[in-house]
Amino acid sequence: MTLLGNHGGFILAAYGIAIVVVAALFVWVVVDGRNQRRALAELEARGVRRRSGGGREGGAA
Amino acid sequence: MGLLDYANPTRFLGLVAAVMPWLVGLTVAVFAAGLWLVFFNAPADYQQGETVKIMYIHVPFAWLSMFCYVTMAGSALGTLVWRHPLADVSAKCAAPIGAAFTFLALVTGALWGKPMWGTWWVWDARLTSVLVLFIMYLGLIALQETIEDPARAAKAAAVLTLVGVVNIPVIKFSVDWWNTLHQPSSVFRMGGSSIDMSMLVPLLIMAVAFSLLFVIVHLMAMRNEILRRRIRTMRMIEAAGADGR
Repeated sequence: MTLLGNHGGFILAAYGIAIVVVAALFVWVVVDGRNQRRALAELEARGVRRRSGGGREGGAA
Repeated sequence: MGLLDYANPTRFLGLVAAVMPWLVGLTVAVFAAGLWLVFFNAPADYQQGETVKIMYIHVPFAWLSMFCYVTMAGSALGTLVWRHPLADVSAKCAAPIGAAFTFLALVTGALWGKPMWGTWWVWDARLTSVLVLFIMYLGLIALQETIEDPARAAKAAAVLTLVGVVNIPVIKFSVDWWNTLHQPSSVFRMGGSSIDMSMLVPLLIMAVAFSLLFVIVHLMAMRNEILRRRIRTMRMIEAAGADGR
């Protein structure tokens, strides 16, 4: 604490919360990606194909 | 191949896969350099002491909270004016990241304010306008999740995003227009930065590191959203096929 001065607790809390929230954001995006890839693989395994087969599905899917 | 060719989601996914390892490596390196400078090189402030170390994360979070919204506003224009296929994907995916960065700007600001100002919070123009930005992010996320059809959700969210963009100059200039407890701008101001180079360099490096982090998470979230819409389309095709049988 003395290394970070009299207010070391505030500094550690700020960096700690930042690490937790950024890590949560990262975990959310990684887990979501894994879930989407699994769902896509299941559909493809059932023989479902998109009509475009690789075209534009940005706006209205 | 021009930039507009990446409007095709399949090409965009290929681009993301190609640049992601380089982006991650670069981000880790910039974060390592920034954190080393912050904790082992940057001096304590003559008034604030070591508490100034909170500045190296608070200021990038505050900048990115606004940058994220400006990105969403640009994407909203892309949705409404140019009907770019990836514009609403970009806007939708930037909202949770913007909300997270705004939340962190508010929390780290409170943790910096308590020892320096003697209070966690004041209802001054800067803090209140950033709180409004956070609420706007939550509202946009709720709106996008409420409407099931992505195209309709995108249009509604784009209009709301463009209405809310008026808050960005209010945040930026609040410290000049009103008497606030929050200090005026120290980096981007007329006459140049008032921060010493020994603190400015680590601050800018941390800002670059967090900006790279934003790009990585945004691209990953966009990739997920493209896959989610692809899955939705395939499920609709599957359901239509089952009805036809």
